[in-house]
Amino acid sequence: MPAVSKGDGMRGLAVFISDIRNCKSKEAEIKRINKELANIRSKFKGDKALDGYSKKKYVCKLLFIFLLGHDIDFGHMEAVNLLSSNKYTEKQIGYLFISVLVNSNSELIRLINNAIKNDLSSRNPTFMCLALHCIANVGSREMAEAFAGEIPRILVAGDTMDSVKQSAALCLLRLYKASPDLVLMGEWTSRVVHLLNDQHMGVVTAAISLITCLSSKNPDEFKTCVSLAVSRLSRIVSSASTDLQDYTYYFVPAPWLSCKLLRLLQCYPPPEDGAVKGRLVECLETILNKAQEPPKSKKVQHSNAKNAILFEAISLIIHYDSEPNLLVRACNQLGQFLQHRETNLRYLALESMCTLASSEFSHEAVKTHIETVINALKTERDVSVRQRAADLLYAMCDRSNAKQIVAEMLSYLETADYSIREEMVLKVAILAEKYAVDYSWYVDTILNLIRIAGDYVSEEVWYRVIQIVINRDDVQGYAAKTVFEALQAPACHENMVKVGGYILGEFGNLIAGDPRSSPLVQFNLLHSKFHLCSVPTRALLLSAYIKFINLFPETKATIQEVLRSDSQIRNSDVELQQRAVEYLKLSSIASTDVLATVLEEMPPFPERESSILAKLKKKKGPGAVSVELEDGKERGELNGGGDRGGDAAIAASNASTPSPSADLLGLRSAAPVSGAAPSAGSLLVDVFSEAGPAAASAGVNDDGFLRFVCKNNGVLFENQLLQIGIKSEYRQNLGRMYLFYGNKTSVQFVSFSTTVSCPGELQSQLNVQTKTVEPLVEGGAQVQQVINIECLTDFVDAPLLNIKFRYGGALQNISLKLPVTINKFFQPTEMAAADFFQRWKQLSQPQQEAQKIFKASHGMDTEVLKAKLLGLGTALLENVDPNPENYVCAGVIQTKAQQVGCLLRLEPNAQAQVRTRARAHTQMYMHTHTQMYMHIHTQSPSVLLCAALIASLTAVCVFLCAAANQAWRAGNTQLALFSLALFLSHSPPLSFTPFFHFLIHFSPHIDSTLSH
Amino acid sequence: MIGGLFIYNHKGEVLISRVYRDDIGRNAVDAFRVNVIHARQQVRSPVTNIARTSFFHVKRSNIWLAAVTKQNVNAAMVFEFLYKMCDVMASYFGKISEENIKNNFVLIYELLDEILDFGYPQNSETGALKTFITQQGIKGQFQTKEEQSQITSQVTGQIGWRREGIKYRRNELFLDVLESVNLLMSPQGQVLSAHVSGRVVMKSYLSGMPECKFGMNDKIVIDKAGKGGVTNEAGKSDLGGGGSTSGKQSIAIDDCTFNQCVRLSKFDSERSISFIPPDGDYELMRYRTTKDIILPFRVIPLVREVGRTKLEVKVVIKSNFKPSLLAQKIEVRIPTPLNTSGVQVICMKGKAKYKASENAIVWKIKRMAGMKESQISAEIELLPTNDKKKWARPPISMNFEVPFAPSGLKVRYLKVFESKLNYSDHDVVKWVRYIGRSGIYETRC
Repeated sequence: MPAVSKGDGMRGLAVFISDIRNCKSKEAEIKRINKELANIRSKFKGDKALDGYSKKKYVCKLLFIFLLGHDIDFGHMEAVNLLSSNKYTEKQIGYLFISVLVNSNSELIRLINNAIKNDLSSRNPTFMCLALHCIANVGSREMAEAFAGEIPRILVAGDTMDSVKQSAALCLLRLYKASPDLVLMGEWTSRVVHLLNDQHMGVVTAAISLITCLSSKNPDEFKTCVSLAVSRLSRIVSSASTDLQDYTYYFVPAPWLSCKLLRLLQCYPPPEDGAVKGRLVECLETILNKAQEPPKSKKVQHSNAKNAILFEAISLIIHYDSEPNLLVRACNQLGQFLQHRETNLRYLALESMCTLASSEFSHEAVKTHIETVINALKTERDVSVRQRAADLLYAMCDRSNAKQIVAEMLSYLETADYSIREEMVLKVAILAEKYAVDYSWYVDTILNLIRIAGDYVSEEVWYRVIQIVINRDDVQGYAAKTVFEALQAPACHENMVKVGGYILGEFGNLIAGDPRSSPLVQFNLLHSKFHLCSVPTRALLLSAYIKFINLFPETKATIQEVLRSDSQIRNSDVELQQRAVEYLKLSSIASTDVLATVLEEMPPFPERESSILAKLKKKKGPGAVSVELEDGKERGELNGGGDRGGDAAIAASNASTPSPSADLLGLRSAAPVSGAAPSAGSLLVDVFSEAGPAAASAGVNDDGFLRFVCKNNGVLFENQLLQIGIKSEYRQNLGRMYLFYGNKTSVQFVSFSTTVSCPGELQSQLNVQTKTVEPLVEGGAQVQQVINIECLTDFVDAPLLNIKFRYGGALQNISLKLPVTINKFFQPTEMAAADFFQRWKQLSQPQQEAQKIFKASHGMDTEVLKAKLLGLGTALLENVDPNPENYVCAGVIQTKAQQVGCLLRLEPNAQAQVRTRARAHTQMYMHTHTQMYMHIHTQSPSVLLCAALIASLTAVCVFLCAAANQAWRAGNTQLALFSLALFLSHSPPLSFTPFFHFLIHFSPHIDSTLSH
Repeated sequence: MIGGLFIYNHKGEVLISRVYRDDIGRNAVDAFRVNVIHARQQVRSPVTNIARTSFFHVKRSNIWLAAVTKQNVNAAMVFEFLYKMCDVMASYFGKISEENIKNNFVLIYELLDEILDFGYPQNSETGALKTFITQQGIKGQFQTKEEQSQITSQVTGQIGWRREGIKYRRNELFLDVLESVNLLMSPQGQVLSAHVSGRVVMKSYLSGMPECKFGMNDKIVIDKAGKGGVTNEAGKSDLGGGGSTSGKQSIAIDDCTFNQCVRLSKFDSERSISFIPPDGDYELMRYRTTKDIILPFRVIPLVREVGRTKLEVKVVIKSNFKPSLLAQKIEVRIPTPLNTSGVQVICMKGKAKYKASENAIVWKIKRMAGMKESQISAEIELLPTNDKKKWARPPISMNFEVPFAPSGLKVRYLKVFESKLNYSDHDVVKWVRYIGRSGIYETRC
């Protein structure tokens, strides 16, 4: 680099800067700057040309003024002129100004690009470097467009200087990060990879950053780099500290390069080639060995460099997860760091150990450090380190040490920081549940938890304990006893009262034999807490009281007295008042056997993923999912991966919206939402993944698809950025679809484009024409697209809609199935019964019939089912089938090639398999007779649902009775009443008279429900 | 009430810090410095709320005075106090500068102890303060007991602003009507907004405890007098005609405030201003008018853009008052675009200069008689920029001083009654002076 010559001092600039520094006030500074700007303007305007030196000086001043925070709107031209100067300093200042103040002025950009091009093609390495730095600093798309082709050539050319190669590699990296689509390596790939063999360490260091970035995007192309990287690494690792001269940093050979090499290797699985692998393992061993050696220097830089390599090596070992020997050694190494003086090291050690704990090879090794970790949790000064220690304890916990760890965490909880308390509580709750060998221990732990950190115990935790107590007969008595004892403390947390109220309400009878916990004592104990509690808890306690009436008839008078008191029956809170009134009436009117049925013990809850686990996942964010994955595996859960876990978390959080009726099971959210529920376990997950916003933007998204089988208008897709509405109309074999793309953000979408494609043979079956949309969608605006569809012949698949746009520079790509299904081209046909059956019989060949038997799981009414069938496009034929429960439809599918007549029967069959929650398992037969194989979308969850509803109508009274009972006891009075009313209005023989009484006396609002 | 008072220099260093209440902590000092003095943005509200603490500040040259409170105080009261504080300090040691404050910090703490008590403003009358807070420290100790008790009885008495037994050989009164006229005018000469804020400042050297009565051409008083004087119907219709005897006879005062010595009850009932004056300098009243303002100058701008690189500006000013009167210190400030690279100015009268540091052409005229006009023309060369923003054309502003009151206020009388001493109204020498100055006097171009 040429030395700064003596004449380049720029005295004027120095004077100006010192003037500014000496200004006493902001006003004075502004005055001085205004004066200088006027001076520069007059100089630039002046007729006589400025020489390079003064031009440089003034541009410098402008730059300085700009950096002080003032706007500069001139001088760009002069700066560009400086670029073509032959003096290094002038060129440098020119580039500096351009990099700082570049704006997208088209003509200037052209000039700048020209100057850069000249410099790149010059043979002068300093000029080339300047130009490359400028490109990298600006890094705009225009720059990428202009130079993305040129730079790789410079990078791999044989005669390029090393320093230029370094700059070129980093410049290319920058351009690739800014606009990956423009930087195409293609032919250069192998030559870039071979830069790893370069003589010059600087070039290798620069190149490896580029290769790491490129290979993380397309690993296959750069596969060859693994062996090169390994050999390079082994050369560095095995070299003596003096071999690398300039690249030895405090006795550590090339630490940065080593770290980068190790990081690059983390992009790939372990090398398959045995020799390479052996060499790599050797390297890693050497690194681990070196960590054991006494330090060569006392300086902190030395140990920092050494530890950086070590940690990178350990994360590579963890990444490979295949070398038990190395894993254990890594673990031991980290164990040493656990007691290191340096806080950062302790933090890193704990963090790495967390991941080590999840590996089967090193889990045991990690467990040996349990004492140290517990100690860290207790004595560590830094809260973030304590947090890591808690994480690690959680990760290393298994059946053998669960009791110890849980006990330690509980005892720590009393002094824990507020910031991590809630998480700690969740962890304790999960561990206690997961590794509980004996459930009385579990109950003790959780009650302790509520006692110690009641405020941080979220709803999910106590829901869970109740679920478990109810599902396990063996602990119920113990739980009741423990709860009773816990409640005797003078100050109880409200969560404790909730648990107590619930459990005593259910199982108070199990401890009633003891005179110390006789029914009346239990009731008085609960009621003494009543006035200190919030409304939802009071509501729960009222439910517990009515259960007491059932359990212990002797308390009836006392409880009725309480319910009758003004503070209950005239409570200003509607929920409390309603409960008080209804319970009072129920207890005074219903006979004991009715009471016993209504207030029966809660049936076991369906097993499903612990909602607490979901909550913890949500709290920790997607990054923590890897740790939790193991849990998923262990429980054999349906929850197959990170994405679904996230959904579950959302589901759980939605389900736990605070509701006064203490919605234990997420009942409320589950019942009214239409959606298929193949298994109870994934109920929430599925419901919400359908109704919630579609998170994944990659891959074909058919969340919204099924909803449109029986529906023509609605919202097809929605995420944080975009909403797609759909409106469609069909006539004969023609259809027209209006798509509305709404930009939900305030930023415009650029290069917005949509394409509709028909995959495979659909191309010949469906003719789809689209009109192009505007490429620009303003923030908050909506654009419309019209799609014309012609059905040529029958089809199976649906066309794909692909949307591409840029939002804030990032390319968004969304693929959706367009809801075009064959039933859209149905033409309803009316026919008489005789006619129908004649045709039905005609179509008797096997290939003319498609039959689908499926289970339905939701209750619903006939009207909805009818609406669904009409939505399918067929005509619903009344009074055709001799069995009034069956549904019969007919229609003609219109295609260009032919018209297909189609008959359809839906035969709901209620084999009353009584389940809770007004959900019946019914079987349903459906025949569709067509001339050819047909896909009627009866898989659609909506139709499934319809079936469930019909089932609920035909089910026996007992079933509905239990359903109502269930819903009502869970606190959802409204739902219970509704299902009862539904039942009453639809099934004429009223066999269960007590219920009728109960309904009549219940509350006035039932009248309106009954009236229809 | 005021919780504390801080004085900072331009760098934000604390010169004076006096905390009156416990709710103001040390961090309040830093909060103001960080959020106001060192704030990045230019526009600074006089009232700033930081973390539920209110900061009221005024700036005198390079010095910041900030009053701090956590309560919901009357902001006008706080500012009134801050201005009063400035006046008091100025009367003790002249200009408020960092140096003066550092040299007099003991005095300032003494003053702060006296004029604020637990955050409540007390006596801030300079004359009274000077009797017991002196700068000649040692001399104060030689005050006799009588003198001390006299001071005590004065500052705790009914008339705290004047002591007994003042004696002058020559009884004199100086009365200044100081007005500043504010204007915003459209390029076509339409008045967009105009108001006059004025002060009546007095300097009295009177013996004894004189009772003064001040009269001016307040519209309400004149109307009342007219009504009282004439009883019949014809008299009422004559009222308008009566005003023509001396041009504009009465003015409508929008609002006014008085010195504490004025008897407000009397003003409320009779609208007469009567008072026992403090000795020496004081401000008798402040007022504001918005109707029938005499605008001393009219500015007629003419701006023409010639291509992208040149601007021609012509400005004519016309004086609009009696030819016998002379306006002084006239200064017209014509803003120039931000990309000015050169200016040529020609003016018939006075001196004009392009000041690059202020982005303006400043045209100064020493004196100008009434009913005259003068003109300046300038050619401004511009540097073409790649900035698409158009020049915002800030208004042309003007400064001047005229020897009359633009509001039209006239002093009708100032009577002095002293019953105990034997001098009468006629023996007092009275001087009256009117000065009209420009406030923000702007014309858009």
